[in-house]
Amino acid sequence: MPDHPMHKQLEELAQAVGLIASTGADDLADLRTQLLGRKAGKLTHILRGLRNLDGDERREVGQRANQVKQQLEDAFATRQAALAAPDVAVGDLDLTMPGRLGWRGAIHPVTAVVDEICEIFREIGFTRVAGPEAETEEYNFVKLNIPLDHPAADEHDTFFLAGGEAGRREGGEWEPPGRLLLRTHTSPMQARTMEEYDPPIRIVVPGQVYRRDAFDPSHSPAFEQIEGLVVDEGVSFVDFKAGIDYFVKHFFSADTEVRFRPSFFPFTEPSAEVDVQCQMCKGDGCSTCKQTGFLEIMGAGMVHPAVFERCGIDEEKFTGYAFGMGPHRITMLRHGIPDIRMLYQNDMRFLNQFGGAS
Amino acid sequence: MNVSLGWLSELLGRELDASEVSHRLAMLGAPVEAIDELNQDLDDVIVGVVEKTERHPNADRLTLCHVNDGKAVHQVVCGAPNVREGAKYPYAAAGATLPGGLKLSARKIRGVVSNGMLCSALELGLGTDGDGIMELLTDAEPGTHLLDAMPLSDTRLDVEVTANRPDLLGHRGVARDLGAVYGVPVKLPAIRNAPPEGPASRQVTGSGTVGGVEVSVEDVEGCPRYMGAVIKGVTIGPSPTWLEARLRAIGARPINNVVDATNYILFELNQPMHAFDLNRLRGGKVIVRGAKPGERLTTLEGEDRALDPTMTMICDADGAIAVGGVMGGLNSEVTADTTDLFLECAYFDPKRLRRTRQALKMSTDASYRFERGTDPEAMDAALRRAVALIRAVAGGQEPEAAIDVYPTPLRSRAVFLRPQRVEHLLGVPVPVDEIERLLTSLGFAVAPKDDRLHVQIPGWRPDVTREVDLIEEIARLRGYDSFPVEMRAFRPSNVPSDVREAGKGRFRQALAGFGLNEARSYPLVDDTAEGSQRLANPLSAEESCLRTDLMTALRASAERNWDAKERDIRLFEIGTVFRARGAGVLPDEIQRVAAIVSGARVPPHWGESGKVSDYDLWDVEGLAETTLAMAGPEATLDPRDDGWVVVDAEGKERGWVGPVAADRPAWGAALFGFEMDLVVGAPDHVQYAEVPTTPSIERDIALVLPDTVSAAQIEASVRETAGALLDSLYIFDEYRGDAVKGRSVAWRLIFRSPGRTLRDKDADGAVERVLAGLKEQFNVERR
Repeated sequence: MPDHPMHKQLEELAQAVGLIASTGADDLADLRTQLLGRKAGKLTHILRGLRNLDGDERREVGQRANQVKQQLEDAFATRQAALAAPDVAVGDLDLTMPGRLGWRGAIHPVTAVVDEICEIFREIGFTRVAGPEAETEEYNFVKLNIPLDHPAADEHDTFFLAGGEAGRREGGEWEPPGRLLLRTHTSPMQARTMEEYDPPIRIVVPGQVYRRDAFDPSHSPAFEQIEGLVVDEGVSFVDFKAGIDYFVKHFFSADTEVRFRPSFFPFTEPSAEVDVQCQMCKGDGCSTCKQTGFLEIMGAGMVHPAVFERCGIDEEKFTGYAFGMGPHRITMLRHGIPDIRMLYQNDMRFLNQFGGAS
Repeated sequence: MNVSLGWLSELLGRELDASEVSHRLAMLGAPVEAIDELNQDLDDVIVGVVEKTERHPNADRLTLCHVNDGKAVHQVVCGAPNVREGAKYPYAAAGATLPGGLKLSARKIRGVVSNGMLCSALELGLGTDGDGIMELLTDAEPGTHLLDAMPLSDTRLDVEVTANRPDLLGHRGVARDLGAVYGVPVKLPAIRNAPPEGPASRQVTGSGTVGGVEVSVEDVEGCPRYMGAVIKGVTIGPSPTWLEARLRAIGARPINNVVDATNYILFELNQPMHAFDLNRLRGGKVIVRGAKPGERLTTLEGEDRALDPTMTMICDADGAIAVGGVMGGLNSEVTADTTDLFLECAYFDPKRLRRTRQALKMSTDASYRFERGTDPEAMDAALRRAVALIRAVAGGQEPEAAIDVYPTPLRSRAVFLRPQRVEHLLGVPVPVDEIERLLTSLGFAVAPKDDRLHVQIPGWRPDVTREVDLIEEIARLRGYDSFPVEMRAFRPSNVPSDVREAGKGRFRQALAGFGLNEARSYPLVDDTAEGSQRLANPLSAEESCLRTDLMTALRASAERNWDAKERDIRLFEIGTVFRARGAGVLPDEIQRVAAIVSGARVPPHWGESGKVSDYDLWDVEGLAETTLAMAGPEATLDPRDDGWVVVDAEGKERGWVGPVAADRPAWGAALFGFEMDLVVGAPDHVQYAEVPTTPSIERDIALVLPDTVSAAQIEASVRETAGALLDSLYIFDEYRGDAVKGRSVAWRLIFRSPGRTLRDKDADGAVERVLAGLKEQFNVERR
């Protein structure tokens, strides 16, 4: 009896397979209750109505109803499985095939080292500032207690700017601000900062500096330097050692040995050379550290009172420390780079190596 | 500076260990760069006595020697003319290895077996004399190792001396620092065979005579103290072995006994001396004066030098005989025939001397020391010791006490030290008695005065001029190690972080995120760019100016990468460029960012059969636009014939974007790039806009555009006519081909109302208005 209304109802119900296949996880349970629920489900309703039918008809409709019920159950099962499964079945694929990559750009290894150093000092209260690369003799030398007849101020070691010679007359007479030059260190920012800000001062100053050295594996006429300066009341040699030690322990490793040796710089007194345990041999002695077990990484010391005097800071009231280090050299040590020129050649095969975690 | 460990041992009267001394010196501020064990290759050489000599049967010039090595007598053939019976010589037996690696064996020389050899100084690396064998003046028994019999076993330390410590340029100074650590005094060794000490020198103010020489100082500023001694009747010859050995141990070449003696004093006491041949002084005068205009002198090494009046010269009655403190003249040099000496011991003004040395472009052991500052208070003792040494090694008499022209004695210096300032600066208390003990051990004279210490500075420490210098001495001698590493409270910095520095970091991260590698280019370039700042003293013409852009270097980097057969190039750089502003003014420094891309847009992947498109103009435009957006200011990219220019809010050009011409190989891909001023400020805080809650309706319109109409013109018109319901629009296709005249460009328009759900008719109405407007304005129609 295909034209019995129950047939029509059943066929309509069979169409719900499509609906099931497109129903979201949140609504699936409701739909099931609606169709197959024990109390009010549409199919249940039909099955209940079977008892009002005659033998043949009852058998025929009953068969069809069970078919539809099975179809719906299957559809629910399929849908549930589909919702639980990922979109792509990976079982049949060769998962050793490479994935689709994008280019990974690299921060230059020197920049990465500079940023890391500045970050570590930030943890102990240093702010990061920058200053000009072209400078005057006044700021590059005089205010830092470097006399102009000091070897460091020689034509030999310093690039002077053309047209900037006016500051010095023949016969050694000097008038501030003196000749113009490319800064030979980041230390002029010590003077500039002390003139502009009152203590407490805690700064790091990264930037490019220039020396009149020809290129060779370990020298470049331009290279990066990081300056540090602390000025406040009561800053002592103990604070100085603690600050530098904090940096070394966090940049290298917590068990890296630090050594402070007396040295000489015109702008610090007492002055120190800071050595760290050789990272190559862990202090046993190797060719990198010339068998000493230590590597020089920075010049440092307590700010010389003459520098305070020249920068307008009361040298009785305030004390401080300063340091300078070379990120190029530290980068070369860290990555085992044998030649500083590689850091200026922008060779893709070199830079690509630093695209991952450096 | 080369330091002999044996010499230090003698001064300190104790055995020293090289590595221990090196560590001590490093921690005192004079690190040892290298340690050389000297003459270790002489281990196989022993003392042999020639008991008997005979003529070689087959050769006139050879001698048969019977050499006793303490155990047996060996037959040795010797070719040296100076071999004699009874003398001791260095003997290398068969089986021994000589310096340079030569291994000896018994072999026949002209038919006679020679068991080893007697050696010359040259063969042993102990000197230049290869004409005869080296006669040993030693009491050592035959068979003794040469190294034990002669003062040859020593260790040379290469000590790095900082510019502030001239006293460490002499062995006594190094020993003094070590002695302060070890707690032992420094004692100068007695001079062997020294004559009884002569009378004290005579101090005069302007001039005086010594041994018939009239000494006067006119240039008192350049030479505040000048001493002279006369020694008559010396015999010039080689120095005794001990003296030569001392000099060789520090790498100095022995010359003759007189010169060696003055050099010995130089390296021992850090007081340079100069010996003149007395009989070559013209007019019996020594005058210390400034050089005369046009004056010249041929210095010892044979160079004719022009002098100027700022130079302090040593002169005789006729003219210059030495550049004071730098080098003697050839005209007064001590030669093999010299019998009488005028010995100079002086103090030259360091600043004047440095200028002289720079003007003459020469540096000597003497000038190096004078320009760093010698000890004017120790000259008398140094001169006496030098006279004694010369008389001991070269003979001669001192007819008269030395003359000492010292018109205005330099004042000895004193500094006050506040003990509480020591703690203030060093961060730990240092008891006053410890301060006194430390300073005294270094030769400072300390006396309490009120609550301070009055500290007398010894003449050999010109670097100590103020309180802080003494505090450094205390820290140095206590040992930097002894101070704790202790993080104490600190106040936050009053100096704000530079927002540009953080901004640059954001740019770098973003550009690296796009797959570009950060470049760092060398900032010195040639002078081809306009407006570039030149250097006064460049290393070369190729590096004579500061860069005015970043792209020149990036393009060169691209070319280098192509040279290396690298096709995929993605670089950016953030750096300073410079523009000259005229004479006497510092150049402008401008922060810029630049980038180049060429080659594959992404790495090839098998999913697309390895097919990857190359970067094109639109990639670099997008990159530039994104960069520009990060920079913040309302700059725009304006189209030009060859790309775009970056124009800021004031209409000023700040950069460009487009293709980059370069020396590209045929297989290389097109190169694109941009460069612009980097305007970084504090990041703008984004203001939230309400997220839409109503659905949108899209309409696509494809328009046929003649070449005269730009996409930007169409967009402007659409925005104007579409009305408030237009949410956004974008181009999703362009077609050029036979099917259309000009080109077809397709836009997708997205309509939305924040308040209600739009109906189709809303969008259709807007599209109709848009099309009508376009038709009217540009005569442009739907495709």
